Amino acid sequence: MLEIKDLHVKLEEEDKAILKGVSLTVEAGKVHAIMGPNGSGKSTLSYVLSGRDGYEVTEGKALLEGKDLLEMEPEERAAAGLFLAFQYPVEIPGVGNMTFLRTAVNAQRKARGEEEMSSGEFLKAVRAKAKELKIDADMLKRPVNVGFSGGEKKRNEILQMAILEPRMCILDETDSGLDVDAMKLVSQGVNALRDAGRAFLVITHYQRLLDHIRPDVVHIMADGRIVKSGGPELALEVEKNGYADILAEVSA
Amino acid sequence: MNTAVQSRPLTRAARREARLQATAERVARLPLPESAGWLARAREAALDRLSAMGLPERRDEYWRFTDPAPLVAEAAAPADVFQITDEPLVFSGIDRLKLVFVDGVFDPAASDDLAAEGLEICRLAEAGQTDIHWAQDLYGTLEARGHQPVPRPLGALNSAMASDGLLIRATGKVSRPVSLIYSRKDPDADTSLHHVIRVEPGAEMTLLENGPVAARYSVVTEASIGAGGTLHHVRAQGRDHGRSGITHFYAQLAEEAVLKSFTLSANGRVLRNEAVIWLDGKGGSAHVAGAAMGDGAFHHDDTVFVTHGAPGCESRQVFKKVLRNGAVGVFQGKILVEQPAQLTDGYQISQSLLMDERSQFLAKPELEIYADDVKCSHGSTSGEIDDDQLFYLRARGVTEAEATNLLVLAFLSEALEEISREDLAEEIRVRLEGWLGRHRR
Repeated sequence: MLEIKDLHVKLEEEDKAILKGVSLTVEAGKVHAIMGPNGSGKSTLSYVLSGRDGYEVTEGKALLEGKDLLEMEPEERAAAGLFLAFQYPVEIPGVGNMTFLRTAVNAQRKARGEEEMSSGEFLKAVRAKAKELKIDADMLKRPVNVGFSGGEKKRNEILQMAILEPRMCILDETDSGLDVDAMKLVSQGVNALRDAGRAFLVITHYQRLLDHIRPDVVHIMADGRIVKSGGPELALEVEKNGYADILAEVSA
Repeated sequence: MNTAVQSRPLTRAARREARLQATAERVARLPLPESAGWLARAREAALDRLSAMGLPERRDEYWRFTDPAPLVAEAAAPADVFQITDEPLVFSGIDRLKLVFVDGVFDPAASDDLAAEGLEICRLAEAGQTDIHWAQDLYGTLEARGHQPVPRPLGALNSAMASDGLLIRATGKVSRPVSLIYSRKDPDADTSLHHVIRVEPGAEMTLLENGPVAARYSVVTEASIGAGGTLHHVRAQGRDHGRSGITHFYAQLAEEAVLKSFTLSANGRVLRNEAVIWLDGKGGSAHVAGAAMGDGAFHHDDTVFVTHGAPGCESRQVFKKVLRNGAVGVFQGKILVEQPAQLTDGYQISQSLLMDERSQFLAKPELEIYADDVKCSHGSTSGEIDDDQLFYLRARGVTEAEATNLLVLAFLSEALEEISREDLAEEIRVRLEGWLGRHRR
């Protein structure tokens, strides 16, 4: 599904390398987690994959189902099936949540040469998914993320994911700022979307989220590289001993 | 000869003298429209006011951001007539009483019957000899009142010169909006229109205006809203690129009266909209809002003065401008709270969205407060499209162009919310979307 090969990235504004050769393959139907200390480059990886300005790829490749992601505009990546659940969802005053969702759905459909969704069909789909995520009608009417609590913002990200039905989902610290109940709700939303044709890359600091979203593979990232990969037990090791042990072991 | 002429800066008194002299010469040449009775007397009085203050100059406090020359010059610059063929005319989807002006002349044949339920309507051009007490008391009166504390000489010039206009009186709840439609045929027409609106106590009416009026125009509206009365006003000023115009919208509100006024401006060489509002009675509410879209050689000016003269009134000024390719936007807005106006709730916001570095927004927000128990807030900002918002939309699959349009409309939405009827707001929204579709980066 997603193939990242020896990706090197630096900041556009200053000569500072952030990613120093990341290689990673996520197969369809799988959930991969990336853990790592602050500043290891996890969020940069998610931004570079989704096409945010400000980064320069100096080497390497990123392919989504064989297509070169790095050549595409952000909206083309979305239409091709990539979705980033933001660590900090952006507030957009003046744009209603429903308008935003419908515009996004129809823009992606149009880009793929599909029919637009009728408003009846759309409303039905949104209402059903919103109910599962305990998103009330008022949140749908309000401007995008404006006045939402941290938990509401993250649930709103998962709602967008459920409606847009992407094939490759990247969750950037979706657990940050969530209490235990909200984390369960968000995880349920993610788990409901797991299927053989869809893959996930879950970026997190903590093992906690991975209790709810069980990963197939866990990667540890440090200083712009994947330094260790393993099964779910790797996350438990981090939880128990912190990153220091693993990093010491790797550099030894 | 090698004697150089020393040019010394003029003293203030000498400048004033020169201005009054020039104005007097101009007044002597003015082709005053023929009229009789009360109207002739009102015109003479307006000329006297104009002569006493003189025509505006760039150095005047409220003309520093907008050069009055094109509005004041004796000859108007011609402007090509712009035919709108790519969208239905604004308000065409609204059931309304249509009153049509062509090049600033009322066209009865193209208009609906003036007799309508709850309304009295009379043409200014035919009004002078008739005793129309509810209008003749008002004509020129609010304009005269509006010179304190800031002189507005072009308002007085209009009262003297207006060749047509409508006197409208609402005596009850008027079911259909009264819609003034200004169309152009003549690329040279230079026109002054003057309307008088009287909303009797408890009455309610909606006034619509659309179209570019003339190559150069001055439109004055004097509105008096009686106790508990309501006036809704929605105006779209057309799309003609070369026209220049100035409007003065004067309104005085009695107890518990309500005014909601919204103006959409797009294109135009120089366009200045002045709104002068007095909250004279307890519990009145006045909202004045505007959305302006400028591309290229566009200069748009909103000058607003709201006076709170009585306690417990509320006022809002909400002005938003989208500027690109070197367009210039001006906002001068004032809230004056007089000493008796305790418990005033005043709000003023002016914002511009600059789509490039060549465009300019000049703002002069002012508060002047003499009462001690009031709530007044004001803000003014200039900004550009937010990169984070743009990326968020694009990451969800929305194209850059569509995302930009969505964010521009979002920026304008606070002004559009001041339109109280959803169908009228929708009419305006369609024009904004049309403009955005035509003016892409």
